[in-house]
Amino acid sequence: MSDTPVVRVVNLVKIYQTGGLPVPAVRGVDLTVEAGEFVAVTGPSGSGKSTLIHMIGGLDTRTSGEIWLDGRRADTLSESGWAVLRREQIGFVFQFFNLVGNMTVADNVELPALLGGASPRHARERREYLLGELGLADRADAAPAQLSGGEQQRVALARALANQPRLLLADEPTGNLDSRNTRDVLRLLGRVHRQGQTIVLVTHDARVASMADRVVSLLDGQIVDDGAIPRVRRRPPGGAGDVVELRS
Amino acid sequence: MRQALLALLAKEPAHGYELKQALETIFGIAYPSPNIGQIYVTLGRLEKDGYVRAVDVEQANRPNKKVYYITAAGREALETWVDEPTEGPRVRDEFFMKLVLAPLTGLADRMALVNRQRRHYLSLMRDLAELAELAERTDPANRAALLLIEGAMLHLQADLDWLERCQEELQ
Ligand SMILES: Nc1ncnc2c1ncn2[C@@H]1O[C@H](COP(=O)(O)OP(=O)(O)O)[C@@H](O)[C@H]1O
Ligand SMILES: [Mg+2]
Repeated sequence: MSDTPVVRVVNLVKIYQTGGLPVPAVRGVDLTVEAGEFVAVTGPSGSGKSTLIHMIGGLDTRTSGEIWLDGRRADTLSESGWAVLRREQIGFVFQFFNLVGNMTVADNVELPALLGGASPRHARERREYLLGELGLADRADAAPAQLSGGEQQRVALARALANQPRLLLADEPTGNLDSRNTRDVLRLLGRVHRQGQTIVLVTHDARVASMADRVVSLLDGQIVDDGAIPRVRRRPPGGAGDVVELRS
Repeated sequence: MRQALLALLAKEPAHGYELKQALETIFGIAYPSPNIGQIYVTLGRLEKDGYVRAVDVEQANRPNKKVYYITAAGREALETWVDEPTEGPRVRDEFFMKLVLAPLTGLADRMALVNRQRRHYLSLMRDLAELAELAERTDPANRAALLLIEGAMLHLQADLDWLERCQEELQ
């Protein structure tokens, strides 16, 4: 694999113009994500996390700056150029799912793989695998509206991974999940990451963030911290934890 | 440790090693193997305070063993402990002291302190997540241990949310 970064963003700026008053949402962000890296993006509400990840996925236009994906300049692409790039390279999990309402769960998940050129059989196998991993095997024939928010969110993750995309972008993918479902999502993310999946993920959930190789912290549209999560001392295998402290 | 030993002895008399085993069974992986020396030191202090007594029990072919039992005063102390509200874990936060005081000394700026602390908490979270997985795999029947680990994770999440608030307010 080449050492071209999967994502390279240079001095990226987004200023929303709402009825006269400019709202600077992202103010000069530089970010590089190498192949196979898992980067978590955190920060307070309104700090620009969604805007940043939407721009990287071409779902929101930049005001200025550059976006390079896999060594190709992307911010200058047309709408349709972005659509092709997304179909071929990017899986996106939206904060609010965006499933296709008049298609079954199974079809929602298979569609991106089929659009990406996978055979129907391959698309079905991949869908069965992903829904199984997320505890949704028995919901394949349901319509999205019949699912709970947490179920829809997991379907959205399965759909984003259907195509084995070069880059997975996810915006609060566990925001609507209880702790059991979060665990299923974490397990799947961990598994695809170990298989080499590059991930950029916005999250408030420290369990999710702690799985990442690197954490990027946003504040007021700027990166205030970017670095690896250190390893704490490894506990001996089978050894004990230190959750309970019984003072003498 | 004092109250834990009193509670165990309120259930039934026991010798030191049995108490160690009981702690291990109850807290499972969530508690580092209790140190037998520490248990005996604590029992000694409880005895001095009049909360427990020890009797020598003869054993065939072996040295006598000391069996501890709880006294009326010990039972009362245990009841008081159970009845009183438990202090929150974060009433005096050491990190907050650093955050407020360190900039006065010129030793560190707040942004750097918050960032370092965030990375540290996240590494603790990763460690707890691995511990939870280990507990699920090796001792799934011990719900107490799993709940303790989950509780620690929730506290850590709250700490991280609070760090974010500090960063917003103090920038
Ligand atoms: N479509 C929009 N129009 C105008 N302002 C927006 C729009 N989307 C986001 N913003 C503003 O941009 C800032 C960053 O928002 P966002 O990227 O959603 O933050 P986050 O995801 O970190 O909560 C906020 O002040 C928000 O109000
Ligand atoms: Mg957002």
